[in-house]
Amino acid sequence: MIQLIDVSKTFNGKDMVVDNLSLEIKQGELVVLVGESGCGKTTTMKMINRLEEASSGTIKINGKDIKETNAIDLRRNIGYVIQQVGLFPHLTVGQNIGVVPRLTKNDPAKIAKRTIELLEMTGLKHEDYLNRYPKELSGGQQQRVGVARALANNPDIVLMDEPFSALDPITRCQLQDELLNLQKELHKTFVFVTHDVDEAIKIGDKIAVIQDGRIMQYDTPETILKKPANQFIQNFVGQDRLWKTPEMLRALDIMDDNYDNMKAIEVKDMVFVQPDTPLSEVLKLHEKHNLSIIPVVEQGVTVGVITEPSILSLLAEIIPGSEGL
Amino acid sequence: MEKYIYYVLNNWDKILFRSSEHVFLAFTAVALACLVGIPIGLLINRNKQLANFVMNGANILQTVPSLAMFALLIPLVGIRDKNAILALFLYGLLPIIKNTYTGIRNVDPAITEAAKGMGMSSFQMLYKVQTPLAVPVIMAGVRIATVTGIGVATIATLIGSGGLGALIYQGISVMNYPMMISGALAAALLALLTDYILGLLERLMTSKGITTK
Repeated sequence: MIQLIDVSKTFNGKDMVVDNLSLEIKQGELVVLVGESGCGKTTTMKMINRLEEASSGTIKINGKDIKETNAIDLRRNIGYVIQQVGLFPHLTVGQNIGVVPRLTKNDPAKIAKRTIELLEMTGLKHEDYLNRYPKELSGGQQQRVGVARALANNPDIVLMDEPFSALDPITRCQLQDELLNLQKELHKTFVFVTHDVDEAIKIGDKIAVIQDGRIMQYDTPETILKKPANQFIQNFVGQDRLWKTPEMLRALDIMDDNYDNMKAIEVKDMVFVQPDTPLSEVLKLHEKHNLSIIPVVEQGVTVGVITEPSILSLLAEIIPGSEGL
Repeated sequence: MEKYIYYVLNNWDKILFRSSEHVFLAFTAVALACLVGIPIGLLINRNKQLANFVMNGANILQTVPSLAMFALLIPLVGIRDKNAILALFLYGLLPIIKNTYTGIRNVDPAITEAAKGMGMSSFQMLYKVQTPLAVPVIMAGVRIATVTGIGVATIATLIGSGGLGALIYQGISVMNYPMMISGALAAALLALLTDYILGLLERLMTSKGITTK
């Protein structure tokens, strides 16, 4: 677990880049720090491996203040991936991956085995890539090696600073998917910085929206989309964003909870849905049974109903440009 | 033309001897300049002010005319080899320090950031990342120092150090053109040959990952 407690960062004693920021990241979570450029998201991340020292406040990893650990030891136990990849051009792919294990004096045979394992894990055939130099790889392949290198010492935490921003959209999408798979498999804690809201929503377990060095909202992507904490976030994520991610719409979001005869509805014989049933399933049920009304039931109590008008009003709400129709 | 060939054939041993003197002066001086200049170039990367100070000093040394340099060193180390090697050494410092310094400083900041973020100490970064990447630039400095050294060493004969300069100056003084020309050509060939060998060495020392084909 990573805890940032009232952390501030000023440069030259005046420019407040991070302003009294507190954040708690649980083990195994993929947390995205998102915001416009210059909002302090990268600085926040870099304070975790002490590439930047916090001006005030405390940062703890598993309860221990990071200032008590030597900065170099700390960094060797935290994976680090950056946008420009930063592979060492004079070393082969295999040597690049082995850099940190060699620094910490691991057994060479183990390093070799681990390197092959990591290459396969990041989707590169080791027999093809082990002895190549970075300049012989495409941008996407380079960043795969970058990720493999960050995982080499099997760190619990991996920091990623806009790792996919320089890639073409198709490669970016692939690498995002693979990162999600990796996280599912490895249960590592990822702190991921991006300015791309779509990316944040796609990969984040939780998203921290940062503005002027402060966290505006820290919640799941779904909550941030449906209940933006303020106007800034609403503008930042964009009104139409929910429409682009319809899998996040659930019965709860469509239902009419002011239906007059709610109490009169007999649930027993009827088809009904849970509040968290996805919209797609609700629509399937609606079509299959040709129902004019579907009750939404939570623990035996009808909390709302879905009707054709309620579906239409949702459409009006989320389709761009149709507000106020 | 026959005169020249005749001269070379008859004085083969003399030319070789003068060449070996020449090589000794230039190589000793450049080797010392490497031993001193490369560490200085690496170290001054830590401090901008120190870097400016050192570079200015080296620049000033470079502006002293070579004949004046030999003369200025006479009160310090007398004449002959000591003087010549010291002068050539001082000339070699600038290109070596300058190229080492720039070579290290020009390493892509993304690479040094990654190295730092992965937990390398600044010494490990210098030794494992920056220096190997700066090899071509550092070697370019060594090559410039060597070629300059071989050139300037021709004047060392004036302070009694021999070298191919001896053939040139003697040739001029007795109007023996074949002697003069063969000394000059040998010095030029020596410079070309050394530069070629250093080029091979540079290729050997440079990772295949950073050579451009």
